Amino acid sequence: MYQALFFLFAASAVGFAINLLIQRHPIHSALSLIGVMGSLASLYLMLGAEFLAVVQVIVYAGAVMVLFVFVIMLLNADKEEPSDRSKMAKYLGLPLLFLLLAMITVVIYRQFPEDAMVQFGDFPGQTAAIGRLLFRDFLLPFEVISILILIAIIGAIVLAKKEP
Amino acid sequence: MPNYYIQSYIPILMLLAVVILLAVGMLVASYLLGQHRPTREKLTAYECGITPTGDARHRFSVKFYLVAMLFILFDVEVIFLYPWAVIFKELGIFGFVEMLLFLVIVLAGFAYLWKKGALDWTKADSGGL
Repeated sequence: MYQALFFLFAASAVGFAINLLIQRHPIHSALSLIGVMGSLASLYLMLGAEFLAVVQVIVYAGAVMVLFVFVIMLLNADKEEPSDRSKMAKYLGLPLLFLLLAMITVVIYRQFPEDAMVQFGDFPGQTAAIGRLLFRDFLLPFEVISILILIAIIGAIVLAKKEP
Repeated sequence: MPNYYIQSYIPILMLLAVVILLAVGMLVASYLLGQHRPTREKLTAYECGITPTGDARHRFSVKFYLVAMLFILFDVEVIFLYPWAVIFKELGIFGFVEMLLFLVIVLAGFAYLWKKGALDWTKADSGGL
């Protein structure tokens, strides 16, 4: 049951990612990216990383994607015409992709032997642990974040302000 | 424990399934049941009942972008409230003061953008923005 769900969300993540690359219109690619992020959030949730899943949905699929879509609107990006593809990408791209995937697989198998398999829902209660870290051990960095956000707000307004 | 954890999210999975089924079902049902007699009028974009003028793809004002950027920043601010709320009782009054300090600093940015009129939309009430 859980494995079926894992494969469902993993397949939808990969499917949306491939669709992202295939689509010619930037807006369609952006929508596919939201699909990828939603699928990843479900995978995080299945592992028990509730906070990560919420961040993935609220910050990434919500706020960051709004910015992406607005950039597409702002630049008035239209349908992309396929340019002349380089011969290198055509013939070397796929073998190099498989090489990369094989290398990642080898590293993962070396790093995590089979008896260290991760179970679904293995890390419950992570949100409280993150809270404890954030509000006890890393108190000063947390307060500094607020100043960082303040700088970003002022920067955004100053940059978008029209010259008189 | 792990199984109990995942079971607590089954309602959301069911909701997801219902949403997908409903959306796909409505599209398929309208395709199968509806009659298809397209005319030129019917195929034009629907724009609140008025005859559409011009192209939908023109450049948008930078104001939209400013709103999006500010949205991200306040979104990031709000996400910190989530782990804080989970262990609020554990932290006690100390955690409350901590978060208050955080919020006051970020709200200073809010006061700044309010004063600058960054979210005022029309030319009349925006201070040179």
